[in-house]
Amino acid sequence: MRITYLFDGSMEGLLCAVFESFERKAKQVKVELLQHHQPDAFTESMQIHNDSKKAGRVWSALQKKLSPAWIRKFYCCFLSERPDAYTSLYEFCHYLFTHPAGAEDNYGNEHVLLIAQMARKVEREKHRMEAFIRFQESQDGLFYCGIDPDFNVLPLIMKHFKDRYASQRWLIYDINRNYGLFYDEVSVEEVHLDFETQKRLQKIPINAQASKEQLYAVLWKDYFKSTNIVARKNTKLHTQHVPKRYWKYLTEKQIDSFG
Amino acid sequence: MSERIREKLSILADAAKYDVSCSSSGSNRKNEKGGLGNGHTSGICHTYTEDGRCVSLLKILLTNHCIFDCAYCVSRKSNDIERAAFTVEEVVELTMNFYRRNYIEGLFLSSGIFKNADFTMERLLKVVKKLRLEERYNGYIHLKTIPGASEELIREAGMYADRMSINLEMPTESGLKLLAPEKSHKEVIQPLAYVQRQIIQFKEEKKLIKSVPKFVPAGQSTQMVIGATPETDKEIMHTANEFYRNFGLRRVYYSGYVPISNDNRLPIIGSQPPLIRENRLYQTDWLMRFYGFHVNELLNDANPHLDIDIDPKLSWALRNLQFFPVDINVASYKMIMRVPGIGINSAKKIVQARQYGKLRIDQLQKIGVAYNRAKHFIKCADSPYQLKEYQSTQIKSFILAESQSKYLKNDTSQLILF
Repeated sequence: MRITYLFDGSMEGLLCAVFESFERKAKQVKVELLQHHQPDAFTESMQIHNDSKKAGRVWSALQKKLSPAWIRKFYCCFLSERPDAYTSLYEFCHYLFTHPAGAEDNYGNEHVLLIAQMARKVEREKHRMEAFIRFQESQDGLFYCGIDPDFNVLPLIMKHFKDRYASQRWLIYDINRNYGLFYDEVSVEEVHLDFETQKRLQKIPINAQASKEQLYAVLWKDYFKSTNIVARKNTKLHTQHVPKRYWKYLTEKQIDSFG
Repeated sequence: MSERIREKLSILADAAKYDVSCSSSGSNRKNEKGGLGNGHTSGICHTYTEDGRCVSLLKILLTNHCIFDCAYCVSRKSNDIERAAFTVEEVVELTMNFYRRNYIEGLFLSSGIFKNADFTMERLLKVVKKLRLEERYNGYIHLKTIPGASEELIREAGMYADRMSINLEMPTESGLKLLAPEKSHKEVIQPLAYVQRQIIQFKEEKKLIKSVPKFVPAGQSTQMVIGATPETDKEIMHTANEFYRNFGLRRVYYSGYVPISNDNRLPIIGSQPPLIRENRLYQTDWLMRFYGFHVNELLNDANPHLDIDIDPKLSWALRNLQFFPVDINVASYKMIMRVPGIGINSAKKIVQARQYGKLRIDQLQKIGVAYNRAKHFIKCADSPYQLKEYQSTQIKSFILAESQSKYLKNDTSQLILF
């Protein structure tokens, strides 16, 4: 009998789905997000209730079976928030628990391969955020950037920014997912802004910017222009490295009145 | 004030751009409490110029005043251009403020030679010291070693820099003598060797005493200008290979010469920089460093030049068809890496995956093998049986017909007459 497990999009929910399927010896299970579910006449559905104990058991079993690098892949793949990624993670757990050790190296298996490839995409997006985020300094010394990454990469980039910008206050806000990371020179906190504030904060308005912010933006643009070698122009390569959807972040790509 | 600094930045960034190294990798320098910045092991490219080169460092000259007159250089003494010089404070302020905004990964500081080598090196050292000690900056710093500077200064600079480099400029001594009679390869080799010895010494000491400071943790690199003088690819790559081996270099950069001078010893202004050749040289460099190829396999007396229309790995395979086809399911990792169309990542995945069953074509494609290219050189579980053995020229034409070179603006294949 076919059945669809509905979970809430959390890692805990996904792991509980794995737990339930083993406990019920269920076959032919599909995993779906609760909010995306469309009931159909021929499959039953069951809502998964989160239980940290059950999830914990699955997680520790995964940790026993997988190397830290693979755990990271698993987590990255989860952060992609893609329906096929959830399916593969679920199937991967089943595959892993029913096969002898080392099964995760079998790239001939479609779920293993999908997780590895999806994790790579997420890592790439994470790396791009580390590269393309451009802070603007506000009058009170806060460095701000609003982003809307393809995947939910904020948890992944936190450590990088915390280590690097240890001596300045910063805020990175995921505009689509509506949460952000705020660092106050001691620790990083997750923050949620109400809608109005959030709208205002997509870019810092000029009158709230630090006095030298405009100057450094212009200097950076100048630098970007003069470091280019016109004789070697290669637009295709350029857009391959900096896809156009990221240009909105980049200070050097904004047209301004200073020229 | 702001106008003047904009002007200076334009002049001095423009003069520094022909130095192609922009890598920010290899350093794992940690940030300290209350400090700014750290090293990122794999480096981060924060943006790319319109010619597709990565911009990760603020690459500037301290000054473009220079006492030398090297024909290939924009800042040569006899060139009539605007000259400028940064103060130490200006460089520090620019670096810190760009870094705080996540524009850059660090600073690449070079300089024209004014007065003499020691005087110039001292000024460079001042900038680096101010950044590290006063501003508590722990981001990446790439510093040019000034040939002829005293060993004490070089050693002190190495304590603060992440990478140091000296450019070889011309691949052969005779080429260098032609364009820059005042310079010689020996001047480059001496400080390269000195820094290399220091790196080894610091590493040895660090094994015993943990508190030994870092010394040029991201190693050294050098750069050669390609196409300004008539060297063969073989000469270039053999020089590169020698420098990799003798000085433990992290990178050798190849910079296609961009005509900037009316000097009759050089290609005329307006001629295209040799971009394809540069690309092929980099491919060869990668094959040497990561794919286990010896330089003699790729370039030797019989083949002193790289093929322009196909990459060096494919051209090696076509010259050595006796090694192929390789059976993906039994061949060694080293041999799989040598198959055109299979990269390091795919090779690793293949070796891991084949323990769980024989690999088929569709699996190879999913793993990421460029199958249309690789199929001429491999066998796998469901390879079609092939009676005819093709000649290397035939295989080459098959591959060329299928692939589209990114460098070819127009299709050059001959039209069918009938």
